[in-house]
Amino acid sequence: MLTSSIVFTLILIIALGTFAYNLYRIIANIRIGRDLDRSDRKPDRWKNMIRVALGQSKMVRRPIAGILHIIIYVGFIIVNIEMIEIIVDGVFGSHRFLSSILPIKLYNFLIASFEILAFLVLVACILFLVRRNVIRIKRFFGKEMTNWPKTDANLILIFEILLMSAFLTMNAADSILQGLSTHYTHVGSFPVSQFILPIIDTLSYNNLVFLERFCWWFHIIGILVFLNYILISKHLHIFFAFPSTYFANLNPLGGLSNLDSVTKEVKLMMDPNADPYAQASDSTNISPQSFGAKDVADLNWVQLLNAYSCTECGRCTSNCPANQTGKLLSPRKILMDTRDRITEFSYKKRNKLEDNKTLLGDYITSEEIWACTSCNACTDSCPIELDPLSIIIDLRRYLVMEESAAPTELNMMFTNIENNGAPWQFSPADRLNWKDE
Amino acid sequence: MDELTVKTMAQLRAEGKEPDFLFWVGSAGSFDDRAKRITKAFVRIMNKAGVDFGVLGTEESSSGDAAKRAGNEFLFQMQAFTNIEIMNGYNIKNIVTTCPHAYNTLKNEYKGLGGNYTVVHHTEFILKLISDGRLIIKGDLRGKKITYHDPCYLGRANNIYNQPREVIKSLGVDIVEMKRSKRKSFCCGAGGAQMFKEPENGTQDININRTEEALGLQPDIIATGCPFCNTMMTDGVKSVKEGAAEVLDIAELIADNI
Repeated sequence: MLTSSIVFTLILIIALGTFAYNLYRIIANIRIGRDLDRSDRKPDRWKNMIRVALGQSKMVRRPIAGILHIIIYVGFIIVNIEMIEIIVDGVFGSHRFLSSILPIKLYNFLIASFEILAFLVLVACILFLVRRNVIRIKRFFGKEMTNWPKTDANLILIFEILLMSAFLTMNAADSILQGLSTHYTHVGSFPVSQFILPIIDTLSYNNLVFLERFCWWFHIIGILVFLNYILISKHLHIFFAFPSTYFANLNPLGGLSNLDSVTKEVKLMMDPNADPYAQASDSTNISPQSFGAKDVADLNWVQLLNAYSCTECGRCTSNCPANQTGKLLSPRKILMDTRDRITEFSYKKRNKLEDNKTLLGDYITSEEIWACTSCNACTDSCPIELDPLSIIIDLRRYLVMEESAAPTELNMMFTNIENNGAPWQFSPADRLNWKDE
Repeated sequence: MDELTVKTMAQLRAEGKEPDFLFWVGSAGSFDDRAKRITKAFVRIMNKAGVDFGVLGTEESSSGDAAKRAGNEFLFQMQAFTNIEIMNGYNIKNIVTTCPHAYNTLKNEYKGLGGNYTVVHHTEFILKLISDGRLIIKGDLRGKKITYHDPCYLGRANNIYNQPREVIKSLGVDIVEMKRSKRKSFCCGAGGAQMFKEPENGTQDININRTEEALGLQPDIIATGCPFCNTMMTDGVKSVKEGAAEVLDIAELIADNI
């Protein structure tokens, strides 16, 4: 018993340690982003997080995926109560620790509900695999869904199926052993795993003990591996959906941010009494920020948090008018590229490697961002309120204000507004002519 | 056609008056031939209901929506500060506009720059006139099949879905809804400054995709509430099946029936 307790405790510490370290790195990467104040309206932010992330309010807009997702989500949270027991048992060598402190009826109820949920999760994961790989639902494909994103999605589902199977098989072996040895406390109610009994009840006592222990270790080590895998996977949304909805844009979707750096410059330009030298001496120790974004460090931290939170479901892209009419733009790709680039950017920065790539150009092309109609179909359809549109606008801002690289027709539109106060070439003096026409 | 009564804020100030509302006409509403008809229809409605309003006339300038969405934040803020200075100079509090893009910009983006106004879209405004009994609907569109295209900047951008539909229903017709409507409405293709450029390469133009969906219902009228959507859908009908349906603004539907 002692050896296994030590081994378990070591594995637990290593797994949680690497998880904490890598999570810390991701948070450090997010902090590379520019400041953005989202500390206002705290009660509204809590409400939004509870409604959208905890309450899954936007998932059910697509009912089949939504309901299957809620099953997995509820199953994940409830079955993880069992983790308390597994960890205590592992560290102290006890068996079914919770049964010794909880009323037996409650314990049996808990085990039974874990089993039912585990089974439902199993079924939902199989259906999700079928939707992806057999029915081949269109939004799971597309040019940004290369090998890794597809494998990632399947791996997560297979992981969960294996974990749930191990959990149920462990219970089945345990329920037989309860009648054979006093070490196995006679507790639990097994509405699902009883159906596994016919397959394993011919096994010898030793083989049953081995099967129970094997499943127990497989399940807990599997969960710890999965925990660490999440950090390199799209599955990170199970944690980051919460901060992403908490820090989401709560204003009407149509309003874009006003750039403060531009406000300063425009006020200075429009103020006849402004002393240009005063401004310069004020800001000599602050390096000037570029207007808009060329690379991930020019984005704000919420945009980077969004990139890490995206689970690549593709609802944004399947509603994007540009994408649906064959243009290069895919809002999902904008978020995926941003995550890939921040990973690369921070890695190269940490290791002091040469980095001659940028988000704009090497990952996202100008053709993609000029296809956007800013219609907000992407932001509205995202189940966790991510905002790829704000990234598109920031990239456009860089192209226009830093590189003067807008399409020719748009440059003409700008000139018209500057000269005539209208996007077309009409004289401002004719603005009221319609009245008498 | 009745003579339109339109006064500028400058004229009203000279008379010592401050009107209840500023009507923000917008660049399209001032210069685009098709949009000008919408502007005039809305003025006829306001004249009929006796609304006390003024326009900025030559003092109005582009709201900056298109510049901002095309990435030119400088130009947007220049426009915003200029317009705000003029509007604050006239002590303007309430604005009504026929353009969802100006609506969105004036309402959501000017307030951070010193322009705090109560902004309503003309469909909200017309609905209020009807429910207050200031506007009596005389005619109706019974027997006509009508569908409504949600402008993105009214719908998803600002959650206005029902008011335009209520106004249409006041004409005694039910709306035949497209499969992609309200929240799921499909863009006409003009937003985000696309109105002013050729579309990027693709398999289809966005307005064609949307028009095909609308014409699939075989409507007599495709109603909308945005001058840009109107242009895109009108062009769409011309390309897909010329004359198959009329594209009309809600203001035009009402102005013909009061």
